[in-house]
Amino acid sequence: MVDMTALSRVHGSAAAQGRMRRRRRAEVRLKVYGIAAILLAGLALVTLLWSVIGNAQGALTESYLTLAPDIAAEGVTADSDAEALRAVNFDGVTKDTLKAAFPDVTDRRERRELYAIVSSGAAFELRDAVLEDPSRIGEGAPFRFLASDDTDLYLQGFFGRLEDRAHSGQARFTSSDDGETVDVFLTANDLADTLLIVKERLRGSARTLRRQAALQDAGVRAFEREAEGATGEAREEALTEVRRRSDQRDRLIAQAEELEDRASRPSVAEEIGRSDPSILLRIGDTGWVKLTEVEPTGGRGVVLGPFETESVVDPSDWSYFVLDRPEAARSISDRQIVWIETLRSEGAVERQFNTRFFTSGNSRQPELAGIWGAVVGSFWTMLVTFVVAFPIGVLAAIYLEEFAPKNRFTDFIEVNINNLAAVPSIVFGLLGLAVFLTFFGVPRSAPLAGGLVLALMTLPTIIIASRASIRAVPPSIRDAALGLGASKLQTSFHHVLPLAMPGILTGTIIGMAQALGETAPLIMIGMVAFITEIPGGILDSASVLPVQVFSWSDFPERAFEARTAAAICVLLIFLIIMNAFAVFLRKRFERRW
Amino acid sequence: MLGYTLLLVIAVALGFFLVAQNRAVRVADGRLADLHSRPSYHGLYSLLWALIAGVGVLALIGIGGSWLVTSTLLGRIAAELPEALRIEHQLVLSDAQAIARGGIPSAVDALREAIAEDFARLDAIRRWGAMLAALVAALAAGTLTLSQVATPFRARNRSERIVRSLLLAAAVIAVLTTIGIVLSLIFETLVFFDNIGWRLDKFLFGTRWSPLSGVMEGRMDPERVGAIPLFAGTFMITIIAMLVAVPVGLFAAIYLSDFASARVRAVAKPMLEVLAGVPTVVYGFFAAITVAPFVRGQSTWIIPLLLVALSFFLVSVGLILLDRIVPGSGRRLRGAFNGLGAIVLYVVGAALMLLYTYSVNPTFSFNVASESALAAGIVMGIMIIPFISSLSDDVINAVPQSLRDGSYGLGATRAETIRQVILPAALPGIVSAVLLGVSRAVGETMIVVMAAGQGANLTWNPMEAVTTVTVQIVMLITGDTEATVAAGPAFTLGFTLFIVTLLLNILALRIVRRYRELYD
Repeated sequence: MVDMTALSRVHGSAAAQGRMRRRRRAEVRLKVYGIAAILLAGLALVTLLWSVIGNAQGALTESYLTLAPDIAAEGVTADSDAEALRAVNFDGVTKDTLKAAFPDVTDRRERRELYAIVSSGAAFELRDAVLEDPSRIGEGAPFRFLASDDTDLYLQGFFGRLEDRAHSGQARFTSSDDGETVDVFLTANDLADTLLIVKERLRGSARTLRRQAALQDAGVRAFEREAEGATGEAREEALTEVRRRSDQRDRLIAQAEELEDRASRPSVAEEIGRSDPSILLRIGDTGWVKLTEVEPTGGRGVVLGPFETESVVDPSDWSYFVLDRPEAARSISDRQIVWIETLRSEGAVERQFNTRFFTSGNSRQPELAGIWGAVVGSFWTMLVTFVVAFPIGVLAAIYLEEFAPKNRFTDFIEVNINNLAAVPSIVFGLLGLAVFLTFFGVPRSAPLAGGLVLALMTLPTIIIASRASIRAVPPSIRDAALGLGASKLQTSFHHVLPLAMPGILTGTIIGMAQALGETAPLIMIGMVAFITEIPGGILDSASVLPVQVFSWSDFPERAFEARTAAAICVLLIFLIIMNAFAVFLRKRFERRW
Repeated sequence: MLGYTLLLVIAVALGFFLVAQNRAVRVADGRLADLHSRPSYHGLYSLLWALIAGVGVLALIGIGGSWLVTSTLLGRIAAELPEALRIEHQLVLSDAQAIARGGIPSAVDALREAIAEDFARLDAIRRWGAMLAALVAALAAGTLTLSQVATPFRARNRSERIVRSLLLAAAVIAVLTTIGIVLSLIFETLVFFDNIGWRLDKFLFGTRWSPLSGVMEGRMDPERVGAIPLFAGTFMITIIAMLVAVPVGLFAAIYLSDFASARVRAVAKPMLEVLAGVPTVVYGFFAAITVAPFVRGQSTWIIPLLLVALSFFLVSVGLILLDRIVPGSGRRLRGAFNGLGAIVLYVVGAALMLLYTYSVNPTFSFNVASESALAAGIVMGIMIIPFISSLSDDVINAVPQSLRDGSYGLGATRAETIRQVILPAALPGIVSAVLLGVSRAVGETMIVVMAAGQGANLTWNPMEAVTTVTVQIVMLITGDTEATVAAGPAFTLGFTLFIVTLLLNILALRIVRRYRELYD
């Protein structure tokens, strides 16, 4: 008989309890690893969705600038025929309208900047509006010009917002001799805090210089060590290197010290460069000055908007703004901001929901680009995929489950299907390129070619899902049908297939959802081409949503980033709908026996 | 045109269905039971034959005719321009086709105009001919079957035989696809190898990749087709991806199958499915817009963090290997220092790693390329997590409950059961899941096209930009170079990719099959 007290002594001993604690700790550890893994995956998903949705917001609005174009100046009247109206240079009209709004802009380069606040598509919209309603010509009716992408980004606050700073001093502006710049004098230290920002940047530059100096210093010491160990020519070389590097170091340190010295004196004037925040003064309604040099009580600046100089301005009549993002780091200039702000204060700026994004085709101009062409292209492609893959997949599954003899050939087919499911998609693209495009002469970029390639890719998914669903139909159904005298084919098509259909459809929808998101094979067959028209059939050139996402993500304009993300959102919504439908089918119709 | 013909043929076939059905009813003269097959089977029989004849003839003349037209015209062009290259002949032909169809040709001259005229004529003949012949064939076949309608006619058995062959044909399409892939890849591959004078060694082991820069009179410079930088880049990104995906996916699977409550599972499993359903182009966007700039901007702490994680991984693997070589030694090391041995080892490993980094890079200012292998690899790892976790979950769940019960009965904790019973039993399945994951990572295209580099760069440094096989295929095919020149290296890389993934898949399926036999 076992001595229980002895046993409990063994298990209750300090060593045993220590072992037990260790074992429990191992258990907790494994659990923590598991939870951490799940959380990491969740974090990745959340970050991904957040970065997509966060980026997409910028595509939801578009901006309009309302101006009154003078079309009559082009020599047409409301009674002119359509031919004459079509001949009008509406691009010129648009530019003239902008020039008329800001008559003091005379420099060629500045004019080009001015034209850039309006989209290049605005002139076409003006033409369409005039052709539709020629009475616009006579009245000089206001027209809503579509703003360019950068204007829209600015209005969205993408480049930061003009920050209205508190001030208390009276201001006096005196023109300098050349008339280009003005000197600003304030009766209070209003600009002191802004000057501090500039000084802070000097300190940052000084830190960078010191870091570079430290690297040079490390190099100096390394070569000194090398020089100690070496003799003759190698030593000479090392010493030269030491001298060169210490010179460099001393120069950097001197520069850093100078900057730090300037930074430490708060009242010394500083120049404002392109990589400093912009400081804009506004005088009255139209007057704007951009400071190029700042001290606590004034500075010097460039006139961007006309106003009366040489007079004293009360604090309530002038205001001052800081835009934190420097001019060098944004695609909109201070001048353009001034124009937009002037228009805004006149109530000529409007922002509204961007329906154009959902209804128009592709464009190189972000503000004109839309996804409708890609959505329609995706629709045609998916149609071809479904029409080809679904019947073939279901028939193949019926054959393999119900009719195939157990032999080598059937095994070979099965191995083939399993392998096809794991062949990289880009290889399917190469297959499509070689077989459909080159051999069968299907037109490039056509949904027909894309649909066929995707059908071949989706086939294994549909076959595998259909087989599982057919296999799940219990043999009793087959036996009953056969027992009543149905042929094997009748059994399969009249009894097994209807019962398996929900599962087959679920698998098909999931396969189609995969195909909808597929990109690489479609790039191979030329669906990445730039196509602005909405495709009207399966033989027209087209793009599809994911490929559009890919090509937009390559465009350099910042506004395309938001549009790419928004297109992804649309794609994801389609996928969610399809998958939700698949889940619904499974929940509602799938029977378990 | 051919599409409408197809619809017409289908309509004709449907018509025959109705006619044959009616005729069968009439033949039976009210006593339907006298018929061997029900009237609809007579209809089906007519329909099938009309369809097969019509579609068959249409495909034969439509496609074969197009080939005939092309080769005839190419022959004519070759006769006109005997000294020009084959590719130029094709260019002339495609221009002529563009002229004939009202498209935009690259050039217009007398020859092109003449060929365009011929093409328009021949093509019209082909299309009308195909239409006419297909309709005649469908009508003839249908009429022929109509005459067969009679009471004893075994229409059901006959049409069932046809349907069964159709079923077989559908199943064979999978095989045809594989054959199509192999043939289309192998053809261009052979052309390419011929082009570089059969220097396969230069392709497989060369270290310089810029195939299009050395093209001279249609021949490539074998010195510039070395694919090693691409293989190395693919390998590096795959390794990084697997370092992310395998631990996360595996631990997630273990937790979900053996620890998680039903509530946690109900949340975590759909989450992983969503992660699996995100299109790769979205991952590519994520990598390019979010992850790559983040890794680049925050490299001062991310890189050390990753290095520490890597040191943990190396210490763990080292301990396991040590246990294998000298049984029990790893466990003793872990237990040293009053049970703190493991922690001490990890800390020492991390410290050594950071010290080494400091000695190389004292300011910890890492220069991460904006298209680093690291960012692409991490995102690819995230993409593969659900793949690994769902496959591993399946195999872990497939381990018989009796093994678990036996282990618990012997007093093992859950962790011990998992580590010493379940994981060894599920190991083949997990290995095959990892292999399938590797095969995915190797063949993944969009993430690397959008977030990895484009220039061939042979390096060990994951912070630099490397390029991969798939990126080069996309660049070659979508580039500006003449398609016939770029196709060679692109298809050869595609063939290599196909072979590698095929081998990985076969290996993985083998392992799984052997393992299934073990427990079934």
